[in-house]
Amino acid sequence: MSTSAPRAEGVAYASDSSDGPAATRPNRLRRELRAVHALVHRDLLRLSSQHTHTALMLIQPVLYLFILGGGLAALIPESRLGVGYQAYLFPGMLMMTVQTPAIMVGIRLITDRQSGYLRELLMAPVRRSTLLLGSCAGGTIVAAVQGAVLLALAGVVGLPYDPVLLVLLLAGMILASFTITALSLALAVTLGRPEVFHMLLGLVMMPLLFLSGGFFPLHALPGWAQALAAVNPLAYGVDLLRRSIELQVPGHTAATGIEWFGGQPPLPLEAAALLVTGAAALLWAAHRFGRPE
Amino acid sequence: MQPRSGGDAPARPPLLTAATTEPDATGPAPEEAYAISARGLVKTYSGPDGTTTHAVHGLDLDVRPGETFAFLGPNGAGKSTTIALLCALARPTAGRATVAGADVVSRPDRVRQQVGILFQHSALDMDLTAEQNLRIHARLYGMSRRHSRRRTTETLDAVGLTDRRRSPVRTLSGGMRRRLELARGLLHEPRVLFLDEPTTGLDPHARAQVWEHLRDLRDRYGTTLFITTHYLEEAENCDRLAIIDRGRLVAQGTPSALKDAIGDDRVVLRTGDDQAACHIVRRTVPSGVCVTADAEGVHLRVPDGSSWLPRLCAVLELHGITVHVASATPPTLDDVFFHHTGRSINAGRPVPPPTLTRPDRATETPASVSAEPGGATATAEGRP
Repeated sequence: MSTSAPRAEGVAYASDSSDGPAATRPNRLRRELRAVHALVHRDLLRLSSQHTHTALMLIQPVLYLFILGGGLAALIPESRLGVGYQAYLFPGMLMMTVQTPAIMVGIRLITDRQSGYLRELLMAPVRRSTLLLGSCAGGTIVAAVQGAVLLALAGVVGLPYDPVLLVLLLAGMILASFTITALSLALAVTLGRPEVFHMLLGLVMMPLLFLSGGFFPLHALPGWAQALAAVNPLAYGVDLLRRSIELQVPGHTAATGIEWFGGQPPLPLEAAALLVTGAAALLWAAHRFGRPE
Repeated sequence: MQPRSGGDAPARPPLLTAATTEPDATGPAPEEAYAISARGLVKTYSGPDGTTTHAVHGLDLDVRPGETFAFLGPNGAGKSTTIALLCALARPTAGRATVAGADVVSRPDRVRQQVGILFQHSALDMDLTAEQNLRIHARLYGMSRRHSRRRTTETLDAVGLTDRRRSPVRTLSGGMRRRLELARGLLHEPRVLFLDEPTTGLDPHARAQVWEHLRDLRDRYGTTLFITTHYLEEAENCDRLAIIDRGRLVAQGTPSALKDAIGDDRVVLRTGDDQAACHIVRRTVPSGVCVTADAEGVHLRVPDGSSWLPRLCAVLELHGITVHVASATPPTLDDVFFHHTGRSINAGRPVPPPTLTRPDRATETPASVSAEPGGATATAEGRP
């Protein structure tokens, strides 16, 4: 965000000269960008000030990787998965890491509403959709930062620290974080109460995780479950990461994940599906949120 | 009854207006005589069962630049809704309002840029520090980094929280949080500051401190202050006040003008024989005056009550009734509120027979009114 700010100022000045009387317009854009920055800044401040919370959020996927992964590795022969179980579990663990902070964004929108802080945000002289965009950007960045930390464990599960691979994995995590954050925000503006949100999460989280293909290959599932997996954004995220690894590390022939009409969709198409879903959710959320009271 | 609805107010300009509007030469356009101006403002909410609630019902309001304006009313009278409408947080169902020169419906962003607000309930991010809360606010209002740093330092200093700037908000006391919110409301240098019950829930010391800052603000920067409250003594401190009840404005004017309009002082006599005294007093005063007697003494309301005291005492002595205590109290804002709404402001409940409730109010209200400003000055001086 901080890198985009000076660029925006350049744009602002350029259009200022061409635009004659409307000196408010470039200012307006800069103001909206600063509001987005404010929200991202808030998220990063919270991330850095709440050490315990952040540490706990990071520990959970690590526990899965080493306890569940370590335990099941003995039971599951490598030949069935193409790789060791811990290496197989790694994309799923990365997705778990980014999913928690991304979902928190929606929860915080609701708690902000309850604590009254949302009114402080709404009083800001910017569009309401800008506030939502800022929340989404903040959630995505925080999630990606946490994902990047756990990327450091790649070596432990036998993956090389190849820059291209790391960039690909990071890009995949950012994309998935964006989509989950946007969906979480869409849910938060639709449901008003935190209890409902938590109940829904409790109900949906487990199936979403198990249908993501992070723990076991999806093709082992019955047809209806595979159909559900095909609309699970987490499954696309895991697939994206798994196939990125496959692309860069020769030995890794990962089991197929999502299938569309009996065949695996091309990688760019899966990424596009995630992006479009996230953008649509964000637009819907901004629309709902922007309605005047 | 609206004898005071605006008409008499412009005749008595508050002392501060002239002095405080001058430094602000750049801002207001010549036609902008009012910092806040509302005409026929209505906000209705439709209930789940098809009913409509009129939270605000046809509000006409004018507040001049630099004025400290109190909005007095019981809980649920529509005070917070009015603030939400004037801050462009909610859209009016009907009517129009101009705040700091911008229309609240067509230019909500301009309105919000020019106003600051202290919400009724604290709206701080508890996990962040005082300084961080202010910095985020500054960025939300589009301030540059350098400007935001400077204003953060200035406002924290102004509210006396410089030494706590790195403390997480959750470790600050209620009074400190309120002062921090005041700093935040001022950060972007608003021309109008709305304060929704700024001192509710604070102890007298913290309340006095908040008011000290508000007065300082008004004197130094000429900021227009719009304060909702149900504390009478706070309304008393303001240049002008409006009384709102059930979404309607029932009176508007300076505190003294509103009290003068009621005119009658409250006279209380405690005698050796209150019942007999009651009859004698009734015969002495003009026929329209209601005289009552109960365990607390004889009560009546007459214009210029203190001049009646010697006459009443003389008459009673003549009849052989000893007068123990005699007092005449000028009308309070509570009397004004009672006069216009038929209820006491802090009671909330309707007051059925005035004869029963008046006595205890008569003894309590003046005491609490006078106690507060005294406490305020004491604490103000106590602070180094």
